[in-house]
Amino acid sequence: MTGGLAMGTFDVGSTMMLDTLLPMAAAGQWPPLALPSGAFALAAVNWHSVLFLLFAALTCGFAVAVVAADNVVRMALYLVFSLGSAAGLFFLAGAEFIGAMQLMIYVGGTLVLLVFGVMLTAQAPFVSIKPSSSDRTLAAVAGASLLALLLTAVFSVDAWRGPGAGVVPAPSATPLGMALVGVRVDDAPAGSPVTGRSGYMLPFEIVSVHLLVVLVGAAYLARAKRRKTPRAIDAVASSEPLDRVAAQVRAPGSPSQAPGAANRTAGGSSSALVGGGR
Amino acid sequence: MADFLIGFGLPGWLAWLIAALVAAVLILNIIAGGALAFIWAERKIAARIQDRLGPTRTGGRFGWLQSLADGIKLLAKEDLMPDGADGLLFRLAPYVSFCASFCAFIALPFAFDVVGQRLNVGVFFVVAVLGLEVFGVILAGYASASKWSLFGAMREAAQVVSYEVPLGMCVVVPVMLAGTMDLVTIGEKQAGWFTSWYLFHDPFTFVIFWIYVTCAVASVNRAPFDLAEAESELVAGFHTEYSGLRWSFFFMAEYGSMFLVSALAAVLFLGGWNGPIPLATLAGLSEGTGDSAAYFVRLLGLANLIGKATLGVLFMMWIRWTLPRLRIDQVMTTCLKYCTPIAAVMFAGAMLWQLLLPAGLFPGWRRPAGEIREGWLEGPGGSAVGHGASVGAVAPTGDGVLATRSPR
Amino acid sequence: MDMPACHGVLVPVLALNPFTDPIGVIHYLVVGAVLFTAGVACMTLKRNALGVLMGIELVLNGANMNFVAFSSPYLRADGAPTLGLDGQVIALFVILLAAAEAAVALAITLNFYNNHATVDVDRADDLKG
Repeated sequence: MTGGLAMGTFDVGSTMMLDTLLPMAAAGQWPPLALPSGAFALAAVNWHSVLFLLFAALTCGFAVAVVAADNVVRMALYLVFSLGSAAGLFFLAGAEFIGAMQLMIYVGGTLVLLVFGVMLTAQAPFVSIKPSSSDRTLAAVAGASLLALLLTAVFSVDAWRGPGAGVVPAPSATPLGMALVGVRVDDAPAGSPVTGRSGYMLPFEIVSVHLLVVLVGAAYLARAKRRKTPRAIDAVASSEPLDRVAAQVRAPGSPSQAPGAANRTAGGSSSALVGGGR
Repeated sequence: MADFLIGFGLPGWLAWLIAALVAAVLILNIIAGGALAFIWAERKIAARIQDRLGPTRTGGRFGWLQSLADGIKLLAKEDLMPDGADGLLFRLAPYVSFCASFCAFIALPFAFDVVGQRLNVGVFFVVAVLGLEVFGVILAGYASASKWSLFGAMREAAQVVSYEVPLGMCVVVPVMLAGTMDLVTIGEKQAGWFTSWYLFHDPFTFVIFWIYVTCAVASVNRAPFDLAEAESELVAGFHTEYSGLRWSFFFMAEYGSMFLVSALAAVLFLGGWNGPIPLATLAGLSEGTGDSAAYFVRLLGLANLIGKATLGVLFMMWIRWTLPRLRIDQVMTTCLKYCTPIAAVMFAGAMLWQLLLPAGLFPGWRRPAGEIREGWLEGPGGSAVGHGASVGAVAPTGDGVLATRSPR
Repeated sequence: MDMPACHGVLVPVLALNPFTDPIGVIHYLVVGAVLFTAGVACMTLKRNALGVLMGIELVLNGANMNFVAFSSPYLRADGAPTLGLDGQVIALFVILLAAAEAAVALAITLNFYNNHATVDVDRADDLKG
């Protein structure tokens, strides 16, 4: 509660730096416009920046790894690391509640769901589906042009280029909670022309109902169904050639499915959870 | 600690680095040393409950060095990996599990302001990071290239994820009582005699504590919820194919998580680092009076918290060797049909209690008369929002928070 | 802060001593741009339906990074306007809606898998022609 950066014991370091850096910034001497001649002068290491670079490298690196990987399970793992590092970035930006939310809901919920889906569908033929080379070229061109466009837009606004403020009072989650209930207790951001801001009670309620609807819908869509004709997945599990499988699936009223196939299916039902020991 | 080091003339950034490293190493040692002690305790408790003696040879009559012998044995074991296993994932899984367990200790306070990082959203962070341990389990189960490991991993992941819901609801009740998610503040508010602990705050919180215990035991996959590593069914579940040091990482993660949820229960419900009798206050010491007195008070608080967390871990061991294991459908039934509705109803009850009887059943006995909520800021117009500036119990009706300030 | 425009886009990044200078908004925006592009490339490239879903998650996270960067008072010089709380609330809702959308997308994928025994999106051509 000394009013330092939300980094606990970093307070003293940042205060020291502030005494030297802010006057220099005010006098226009900091940051230098050219490369510093004396290599990396470790007179004072800004750990906030170092940690930011670390987390940013992890996030971007693992995001590129998701694109580059072929094995879907590894893709899921790289995505977990990437989004976890993104949560670290949120913490460094002072959005502690959003960082914790990212960890709990995105990484701990959405990605667990995704990994479950990957496990259920990661049968041997589908673990690595390689795209064709023309697709790769198209993706490379699209990605490169999009990145160039976005970076140009990012660097085009001068107001965003300056360095950060440094020392700001540690954030509290209470204004966010109050805003979600409909009461705005935070001050309007400095220099902002906004007056009369609204609470977020209506979007909060809408999202609650939305999540309920999604819960019911997803449970209904992915339910285990009783089938008269063999499912494609059952026939595949009974190791028949794929053409006959397709013919069987498209012709209703075909012979009954292999009795043991139900135990080997791995999709859509909770049999993977319950039937494993039977 | 950074201030202490700067007093020696170290530059600020180096002081911060050393302070951070010391904190990290300390936490690592707590987990590892704790695991060592708890493994020995588990074997002794299991033995006594089963009417036998347990380790009695290594290191004297009580087998003190049994854990060390186990560690040496694990180090010396052959490092196996199944033939069809995905090498990277197989090697990575124990470390992912261990990292999740370790990271949650960052936000856990061991005494007043003895915390790795004092987060305003401490509770949220700890619960969120605890839920990340499931990735290590899933990876281990998948990468082992064995049907039984995969089933064990899927069952455990389903169980942990399902129990996060009632766990979250249980954890919200002390947050609501304290008005903040900051673990240090929650512990502070329970200072005094043991009657000011949130456990004894109201009957709803009392029930919520026991629901929390159930959900916490399920979250760390301890018996009676340990069907994922059921020795009689799945060999060893997701860590069947792991041997030696890799397996010991999973075990450290499990004992670390047990200690963590116990310590979290202690901070949230059992007063944290405040003992049942406020010895320090009675002796006239407090954190503000001089350095040595402050260190002594903090040391006392540290001992209190570690003692309570250890009692929680021993309690978990007790019920492991007493109760039979639950089936997966029983686990899911307990979560969805019992824990979640009861937690929801108790949460509503605690909310009403807080609204109607904010000072407790016996005003003046249990709760301090003045309660100033952290973070209730003043509005831009300069007038206090809600009851931020008022001293005295929150008025029950008609003067509620939302009525004093319009949304626009 | 008058940086000569002719120095192009790399001056702010190169001129920054990564160990001493405080981080500004622009660094977060670059990370957000990279995440977004990686997500779009993932959506374009992957034939596995779950890979496409991962691309969607990356895109949403890139957008969230931007929102959080613009809302943070740490990353601006003193007195600069920020989105403040609104940015954080929007990021929160994006996370919630991404979770909902991932659940539905996964349910659709599982349904598709049950019916066609594959998660290859190139094989989803029953309605073709």
